Amino acid sequence: MTHRASGSRALSTGALARVEGEGAMHVEIVDGKVADVQLNIYEPPRFFEGFLRGRGYAEPADITARICGICPVAYQMSACAAIEDALGVTVDGPLHELRTLLYCGEWIESHTLHIHFLHAPDFLGFDGGVEMAAVHRPLVERGLEVKKIGNQILETIGGRAIHPVNVKVGGFYRVPSRRELEPLRNDLVRGLEMSIEIVDWVSGFDFPDQEMDYEFVSTAHPTEYPIMGDRVVSDRGLDIDVAEFLDHVEEYQVEHSTALQAHLLERGEYLVGPLARYSLFSDRLAPAAAETAQRAGLGPTCHNPFRSIIVRAVEVVHAFETAIAVIDRWEQPAQAAVEVVPRAGIGHGVTEAPRGLLYHRYEIDNEGLIADAVITPPTSQNQATIEHDLWHFVENHLHLDDEELRQRAEVTIRNHDPCISCATHFLDLTVVRE
Amino acid sequence: MIDRKPSLAVWKFASCDGCQLTLLDCEDELLAVAEQIDIAYFLEATRATVEGPYDVSLVEGSITTAGDMERIKEVRRQSRFLITIGACATSGGIQALRNFGDVEELMRIVYATPSFLSTLDTSTPISDHVPVDFELRGCPIDRNQLLEVISAYLAGRKPAIGEHSVCIECKQRHNTCVMVSHGTPCLGPVTHAGCGALCPTFHRGCYGCFGPAEQANVKSMSGALAQLGVSPDEIQRLFHTFNAWSEEFRNPPVQVAAPTRKTP
Repeated sequence: MTHRASGSRALSTGALARVEGEGAMHVEIVDGKVADVQLNIYEPPRFFEGFLRGRGYAEPADITARICGICPVAYQMSACAAIEDALGVTVDGPLHELRTLLYCGEWIESHTLHIHFLHAPDFLGFDGGVEMAAVHRPLVERGLEVKKIGNQILETIGGRAIHPVNVKVGGFYRVPSRRELEPLRNDLVRGLEMSIEIVDWVSGFDFPDQEMDYEFVSTAHPTEYPIMGDRVVSDRGLDIDVAEFLDHVEEYQVEHSTALQAHLLERGEYLVGPLARYSLFSDRLAPAAAETAQRAGLGPTCHNPFRSIIVRAVEVVHAFETAIAVIDRWEQPAQAAVEVVPRAGIGHGVTEAPRGLLYHRYEIDNEGLIADAVITPPTSQNQATIEHDLWHFVENHLHLDDEELRQRAEVTIRNHDPCISCATHFLDLTVVRE
Repeated sequence: MIDRKPSLAVWKFASCDGCQLTLLDCEDELLAVAEQIDIAYFLEATRATVEGPYDVSLVEGSITTAGDMERIKEVRRQSRFLITIGACATSGGIQALRNFGDVEELMRIVYATPSFLSTLDTSTPISDHVPVDFELRGCPIDRNQLLEVISAYLAGRKPAIGEHSVCIECKQRHNTCVMVSHGTPCLGPVTHAGCGALCPTFHRGCYGCFGPAEQANVKSMSGALAQLGVSPDEIQRLFHTFNAWSEEFRNPPVQVAAPTRKTP
């Protein structure tokens, strides 16, 4: 649309690219002021929570994986955590470690995809990763190689990278021997070296100064950098057991979105994901990740959403170190899973998807069938904050013409790696200037 | 005449993004593929788009909204070859479970104000709406099969994708039959090959994510499951997952048999 230099204007685009899923953004500017910002999610609803009712307790691990092809392991892990909580089952020791290893594969794959194909092209002025490869081929090839190693973890432990088949309530169907993990270790060591180079590369990008006033929320583990855990904490005093999650977080529907939004009852919008995990737990990063973060100029916290690309890269380093440590300690357990006996109960589970906290709650009847399911994905929780970021950005950049405003507003959204398939289950831009 | 690179477009309907991600998961081949073809429309990967028509369109996802019913017709009009990728596009996907129930009830379970939503009562495969040139199975699709299909259409030949069952793949891998040896319910005999018999290799029964094989004998499969002591409800649930709306899996004949073994 035509740019009008002053007063009120309207602007619109086609579907937003380089995000997972389908949506649009809508910005209204009246008398030179932002009047409304909406992240329209029009990805068709798929009703997972509805058709989980009446399924067996063993089924959500495979069914909910299908909510998202980018982070299926996150769904499998949160589902298992919640159902195991309901059934009074504890999965610890080597089986917990193997889950951590599998999850590291997904963090590496998902973060490396976002860094190279979805986010870096914005900083370097390309339309996408393939176009970037025409100029920076070795950089993209290195990214693809690291991504592939993430997928190799998923394939070795889970059978395949998308919708792995080996996860079940209680543990796994089959656990690998030490000998099966050994070849993976060599690739992980090479991946670790490349991941450190990637942090050094992305930390050299030109970042706008934009410190945002976020409340960071993350899963908490007693000792580890959060991947799995049983508490939920924030940097403003939230510290609750996972079972209390829905007492503090309210999901609500807005007319412009097929994804539910969420806020903290006491305080409103909040942010989950790499910035939140890092800012809450940077002191728990593995040694090379901590050292690399420091060299990249990150302090103990990071409130600049554009710099999330560095934080993701640091988390990839951390995931490689964690994965190597798991393999070094690995002793194949005698049983691939803890025995599970169905019983009636209610269970809650949180784990950290690459995009942030993913909460599941299941109510199970005495025959082991699901009576009720609640799933709160990271992008639903971040949606209000993303809209806030957009509002802030547009308000401070009204002098830009429509095309530049549109492009840079898209970056504001991609900073948070939204996954619309998850949230609805994402993006056109409409800007109306009146 | 200008020697033009063939163009590829990737379209998304109701889905999880996993099948189109499979293209980005071809780490060793992606940049080579991008040199041979013009990626003209692939929003998950690039904001640059080229107007159609396109030589090959890959379609992910099922049709669940009135708007998408129209959009798929436009995609077909713009595409020389239209290939569906994955269980959603080929048989309606997991979201086709709504076809068996009351979509209003499902909306009420998930959303406080269902009236904000516009959705159809059904989730249906692409072939219900437009002619499809090739259907690639799987939830998700297999990377090597995807590369084979793209190569085949670019070379103007038929893709070499077998229509046999997972059982054959198990034999090829020298797997012990999980159903015969361990009494584990397995849909391998009726499920389309392509995954390489992953689940039995990981000591679990096949759960049918590639949909029905050619000439799947679902009646006989149901009988064999009943013999293992799988209840009619459980048999129905086994078939009613990612390919529930495929013709063969839609109404599995369930029968009650004397249980010989307890199901896990």
